[in-house]
This record gives sequence, C-alpha cells and structure tokens, in this order.
Amino acid sequence: MPATLVQKIIARAAGKEAVRPGEIVTCQVDLALLLDSGGPRRIWPRLKELGVGVWDPDKIVLMTDHFVPAVDAQSAAILKLTREFAKEFRIKNFFDMQGIGHVVLMEQGLLQPGMFACGGDSHSTNGGAFGCYMAGFGAIEMTGVVVTGEIWMQVPETIRVNWDGKFPNGVVAKDISLHLCRELGMDNAFRVVEFGGNTISNMDMMERTVLTNMAAELGAETGLIEPDEITLESIRAAGVEPAVDALEWCSDPGAHYLATHEFNASTLAPQVAAPHKPSNTGPADDYCDVQIDQAYIGACVGAKLSDLHMVAEVLKGRKVSKGTRLLVAPSSNKAMAVAAEDGTLATIVAAGATLLPTGCGACAGLGAGILADDEVCISSTNRNFQGRMGANSSQVYLGSPYTVAASAVAGRITDPRDML
Amino acid sequence: MSDSKIIHGSAWVFGDEINTDTMAPGAYFKEPMEVMAQHCLEAVDPDFAANVKAGDIVIAGNNFGVGSAREQAPMALVYLGVGAILAESFSRIFYRNAINFGLPLLIFPQAKEIKAGQLLEVNVLEGVIANATTAKTYKVEGIPEHLMHMVDAGGLMPWLKEKYEQSE
Ligand code: SF4
Repeated sequence: MPATLVQKIIARAAGKEAVRPGEIVTCQVDLALLLDSGGPRRIWPRLKELGVGVWDPDKIVLMTDHFVPAVDAQSAAILKLTREFAKEFRIKNFFDMQGIGHVVLMEQGLLQPGMFACGGDSHSTNGGAFGCYMAGFGAIEMTGVVVTGEIWMQVPETIRVNWDGKFPNGVVAKDISLHLCRELGMDNAFRVVEFGGNTISNMDMMERTVLTNMAAELGAETGLIEPDEITLESIRAAGVEPAVDALEWCSDPGAHYLATHEFNASTLAPQVAAPHKPSNTGPADDYCDVQIDQAYIGACVGAKLSDLHMVAEVLKGRKVSKGTRLLVAPSSNKAMAVAAEDGTLATIVAAGATLLPTGCGACAGLGAGILADDEVCISSTNRNFQGRMGANSSQVYLGSPYTVAASAVAGRITDPRDML
Repeated sequence: MSDSKIIHGSAWVFGDEINTDTMAPGAYFKEPMEVMAQHCLEAVDPDFAANVKAGDIVIAGNNFGVGSAREQAPMALVYLGVGAILAESFSRIFYRNAINFGLPLLIFPQAKEIKAGQLLEVNVLEGVIANATTAKTYKVEGIPEHLMHMVDAGGLMPWLKEKYEQSE
C-alpha cells in the first residue's frame, strides 16, 4: 500500500511494515525536546515521585527560552531548576539562553528527515519542515516519553496542501499560513498537513518552518514538508551530515490523502489576522484604518534571520512613527549575531526600534513587551488569543515581518508593498 | 460495569474554540494551581470557577482546548472537580493531556442541544449521555478501551507507577 510520509515515519518508529489511519500504535522516540516552560519544572517532580531517571540523556534536547532572561525571582528559580536538571541527568544537548528552542533545534542540525520527535510545546510542529514527524505534547506526556522513550499514537490522516506560483513582492510564507488558518479552519485535530508545490520548494528552510510552525494554528497533529537538497544543505550548514537515506523520506506516489488543496501564490496579498483568532484573516488593506500602539517582531515563527532581513528592508531610510513603538526580539543568538554583523540590526535600531533579548518574550505574555488595557499591537507571532500578550482588553493583529515593520512606520496597519 | 465510568452532574455550557489560554491564563503561570484554577475560564464565564461542583460536566462546541500545549488547562479543570467534558470536537494536545490526567472526554455532536444547568448522566465507556432534565438520551463513541485504562488508573502518572512497580 502506498503511504504518506507521516505514515511511513510512524510505521518505522512503531517497528511495523505499514500502518493505517486510525490505528493506535506505540512509537519509539528519536528525539525529545524539553523547554523551561513545561520541561524539568513539571517533569522532575514526577520522576522523583516515580523514583526513576531519564531513558536516554542523549536523545533529550533541553532549552531555556520562555523565561529568559529572568524578569523576577520566580522565573529565575525556574531557570535555575532547568540548569540543575541538565546537570543531574547529564543532558549534553542543553542550550541555555541561545534562543527559542524550535529555532535553535534547526540551527544545531538536530533534525533529520524520517525522525520521530516529540516536543513539550505546541509549536514543535516547526520541526516538520525537515521531513520528520515532530509534534507537540503536554508536559505530562513528555514525562512518559522521558521515562519510557515511547508514546502512543493514533495514526493520523494526511491533508495535502499545494502552493504553486511565484509570490508577489512583499508576500511571504507567513501570509500563506494566515490565509490557510481561514481556509482550512483551526479544527484539524488528528490530521497532518503535508505542504508541497513549487512555491514551497523554492523557499529556504527558515520560511518553510513558518508553514509547519503554524500547522499548530490549524489544530493539526503537525505539518510536514518532504526533504530536498535545500533541506540537506541546511543540515550541512549546521555542521552535521544528513542521514544517508534522507531523501527517501517522501510520500509514495498514489498515497491516499484525506483531501488535497491547491493554491496559487501569485495572487496572494499580504494577510492580517484580526483579534482574537489566527483564522480571523483578510488582506492587510482591509485593516488600514487600525491605529497601532505597538509593533512586535518576535517568536519562533517571526524573528529568525530571514524575518529580521525583511524588517530591515522596510525600515531602511525610514523611521518608526511617533506614538508607535517597534520592539524586536530576535529568535536566536545566532540570528542576532549574523544580523549584527551584516548591518541588519543597525538599520533596525537607526529607525527607532527597541531591541529586546532573544527568547519567547512577549509572545506568550511572559517577557518584556506586554500590552496594557485596550492597547493595539501588530505582531509577527503566531497566536492572538485574547489576553495572550498582556491585558485582557488588548488587541493583537498578526502579520508577516514585512507587514509589521511597514505598520510600525505608518503608525497604522499597512500593506507593506507600498514600502518595498 | 463499575460506577467510576458513570458521571453525574450539571452542565456548564461554553461556545466554540475555547482556548487553553482562557483555562490557564498566562498571567497566573507562576502561581500555584490553587490560584490559577480560580481564574479558569473567567474570560468566558466569570462564575464558573467559584460555582462548579465536583462531577459537573463541561459542554462545549468545536475545537475545545485549541492553542497552547499547557497542561495547566486540563489540570485546572480536574482541580475544580470537573467530571467530564463533552464537546463537538477537541484540539489534539488538549485531548491527550486530559486523558493523561484521567479526565474523560467524549466527542458529542449534539452538544448545542444541552442547556446550562441541565442534569446529565454520562457513561464514558459506553458513550451514553442521558439528559435527566429533558429525558433525552444520546449515543456517541465511547472512550477507546486502550485509553480507558489510563483514565481508569487516574491518568498517566498512576499508570506509570503501576508499570514501574510491576517491573520491580
Ligand atoms: S516564541 Fe511564542 S510560539 Fe514560539 S515557542 Fe515561544 S511562546 Fe511558543
């Protein structure tokens, strides 16, 4: 039986020839990503309760990103405990304050096509851009993974989403993701979205992860993209050799998809999601009378090096509007370092933006840059649920880094194509 | 059939796409569960946390538990004594988390027929929902047996405990 990529990965991880959708299997986990948020602080007490250790320290990757840098004694205590956990269990792959976990994972070349990986955070779907299965699980399930190295799976159905055609100038992967939230809805539980088409095969890995990252907003199990030379190049750039069978991890011809959707990138306009749902989406132009107090560039999805480059492209020779603040929290130290080197940060700061530390920051309302009552923000993050970035009455719009930067300059929501 | 699979309580009715940020607001993330639970769902129903009783049943529309993977969302509901959740559909991580805390969930396509305060009796294994107020009975898919053992054990932790005690 021809199988989709995710079914092939699950079959391999479950030690079976083949699996069928709906079947329940137990998979061996190749990599477990733990973050400071739902990681050691939730898992360690349970390990103590059970009187057991971790199944394999070399398959655990631990990062601090949600609570960095500490803003109060509680977040400092969480970070301290996370560091002690790394030491106690000899976790070699511990990245402390190096950036947001999902981004650091790819910068370190830790993901390979065909892998079966679990992360203790909903945007673990990010990793699926590498042609592996990577999905998010709660801390309680990650406890099970850390103890046993196994997890139960219900084999998901696959939805294929094809994008073909060349983007108009100023339109990027984020616009696809926002558009899909409206088109496919946010209720795709127990399904996997496989992205394809020439728009996507022409994207670099940073842009591809935007699509799989926001498979979480579609409510999907995860998103996947079949690996190609660009995937392998990205793994090599991290100083890691791609697995020998890397390019074999593709869906079989004739594999069954629950649905196939075809889209044309050449007619897509920059998209904005209005409060309080990522699926409340329309062309940026529809929102051009919305005045903003804050523009925020941040998160795993929206502050990678490629995103910072988009911001600088808009800001070059321009200033952030009076009465609006632009906050930029690069998603990793590596992105920060390269952007410092290539002049990107200089452009951003010269335009009047405020540079924030790397990490999750205001994205989940934990770090610097949160909103007061009734304030309006446009953000390059992935979620705009009520109260997520601060006060309950604050209003968050989502857009691409281009759209956020252009809106910061105009002081209101703006189609960035006017500035490119 | 043991009675632990049968839940009696009054219905608390919520709409579509109730997200985990609402159940466990980020503002109380660093607080203990006693504090966090008092704010559970307050953005959509300020009376819920203070008035929900042990065994009460949460009824919701589609995609209940959408959003962040935070396990404090089902934990807060368990802490408040919620006996079961019946919704048109669930987000995947929420579904898994809830099972792992021993909180039974059923997919209930007719959820919109239930009104707040109605008295329900739910058999989660068989998938039988009886509305004592309207005398109407519904049949839905019960909890799959391989997950019921987790619910029966009281969640993943008690289940792991059993497993590790047996292997010693
Ligand atoms: S940046 Fe935001 S979405 Fe990404 S992992 Fe951090 S909190 Fe989650």
